[in-house]
Amino acid sequence: MNRYRQQRLGFALLTLVALIVVLPILAVILSVVVQGISAINWEFLTAMPRSGMKEGGIFPAIVGTLLLVLGTAVVCIPMGVGGAIYLSEYARDTWATRAIRLAIVNLAGIPSIVYGLFGLGLFVLFLQLGTSILAGSLTLAIMTLPVIISTAEEALRAVPVEFRTVSASLGGTRWQGIRNIVLPQALPGIITGVILGLLRAAGETAPILFTVAAFYLPRLPQSPFDQTMALPYHLYVISTQVPGMPLSVQYGTALVLLVLVLSMNVVATVVRSHFRRRRQW
Amino acid sequence: MDEQAAKIQVENVTYAYGEQEVLRDINVAVPDRAITVFLGPAGGGKTTLLRLINRLNDLVDNTRMTGRILLDGQDIYAPGISVSDLRRRVGMVFALPLPLPGTLRENVLYGPRLAGLRDRKRLDEIVERSLIRAALWDEVKDRLDDPANRLSGGQQQRLCIARSLALEPEVLLLDEPTSGLDPISTAKVEESLFQLKKDYTIVIVPHSVQQAARVADFAAFFLMGELVEQGPGKALFTSPQDKRTEDYITGRFG
Repeated sequence: MNRYRQQRLGFALLTLVALIVVLPILAVILSVVVQGISAINWEFLTAMPRSGMKEGGIFPAIVGTLLLVLGTAVVCIPMGVGGAIYLSEYARDTWATRAIRLAIVNLAGIPSIVYGLFGLGLFVLFLQLGTSILAGSLTLAIMTLPVIISTAEEALRAVPVEFRTVSASLGGTRWQGIRNIVLPQALPGIITGVILGLLRAAGETAPILFTVAAFYLPRLPQSPFDQTMALPYHLYVISTQVPGMPLSVQYGTALVLLVLVLSMNVVATVVRSHFRRRRQW
Repeated sequence: MDEQAAKIQVENVTYAYGEQEVLRDINVAVPDRAITVFLGPAGGGKTTLLRLINRLNDLVDNTRMTGRILLDGQDIYAPGISVSDLRRRVGMVFALPLPLPGTLRENVLYGPRLAGLRDRKRLDEIVERSLIRAALWDEVKDRLDDPANRLSGGQQQRLCIARSLALEPEVLLLDEPTSGLDPISTAKVEESLFQLKKDYTIVIVPHSVQQAARVADFAAFFLMGELVEQGPGKALFTSPQDKRTEDYITGRFG
């Protein structure tokens, strides 16, 4: 077999692998859309659930998920980006910072149910926040932090060191260089990390299971100390805990969650490419 | 050279990155309002010494320094010295021109703005004066609000010089400022150096022996971390005292 043939065979195999990877995703999206679209209507999106969730809408679950994502973002964006700035720009390479980095990498790999139990122990019980949006957001934030810290640190490190040197040589303090030059250049990467982290938070069931999610609560939360319904948990409930639930409602709920997550993804991509056009290297 | 005229005094400086010593017991006096050249083959410690003079190597971890560097008789490594103020007095131009993100105007004004200058009229004056001194004004005066990275390489390097001059430094350090430039741009940069030495103390690491000979009022020859010979430029290039200096400037090595 000559080398051109080998190359053609290689290309064919790689294309096949790529298709195999993409196909299941397309299949999932397609089946959710096809089976769920019939359930989607104005009432489904804006009404409270009725008669044991078999009728009415999923409005409180949508609002609950949005509130949880918002709460998570408020907590973990400043902490995550701040931590990344510290690790990338200020921390010297010592055993302590190496241990911190190792911990962050490992935290990213912990199963989400463990975060759920941790949140139950720390926020719900010990800090007595109760089963609440606050406790749920904090739990999701802790789960999201490692993702944000490591992607943001990587984005900051990708900015060439020379920019910092130039800023310093013009009398800038370290912080002035970070604020004026490094951070704006790293922004696309940081935003990517933030969105990826928040997407995961939006779709997780386990961390909110014991910390915030309500089984059936047909009203909107009034304060951060209220429980709320949330899309992933609601989906889990109506798929496994409620006998005789119409299939279209289950798929309709899945479709709403999917669209929510995908549209956040699109927003992220647009924002990122907007900032990337201004990048200098 | 008499003690009075020395702007920068390097005294017994030894410097190491980790275990590797890159400067050994260096003593140099840099005269005021003249061009001083640090020449020698690569790895001689010239750039390191340059970066020590405005404390840019503070940004590097795991280094060791002994000895003193005096600016106008004051130890720049003494406790209580403001590094930001020092770097405003001692500007630096790097081998590769690196415009900051933003327009030409924003680049020139980066330093003054960080220093807290806000007056628009004053800032406009600084832009014009700095670009004129860097011999760039005529080429760019109509497009000050264009992105800086749209300039040619030679223009970018003169913009970087203007950016340093905007802070009205007393000393200008240049690390192979023409290494990436064509001969015409190089001539323009050298031309502006001749203008600048009337008002500034200039220290340059040249990118060739020829350039060193063209611009040097005073020269110091570095070889593998040691200072071999220093003296007035004319003397060092026409009648070097040390065999190694002679070998280098006549092109026998390096």
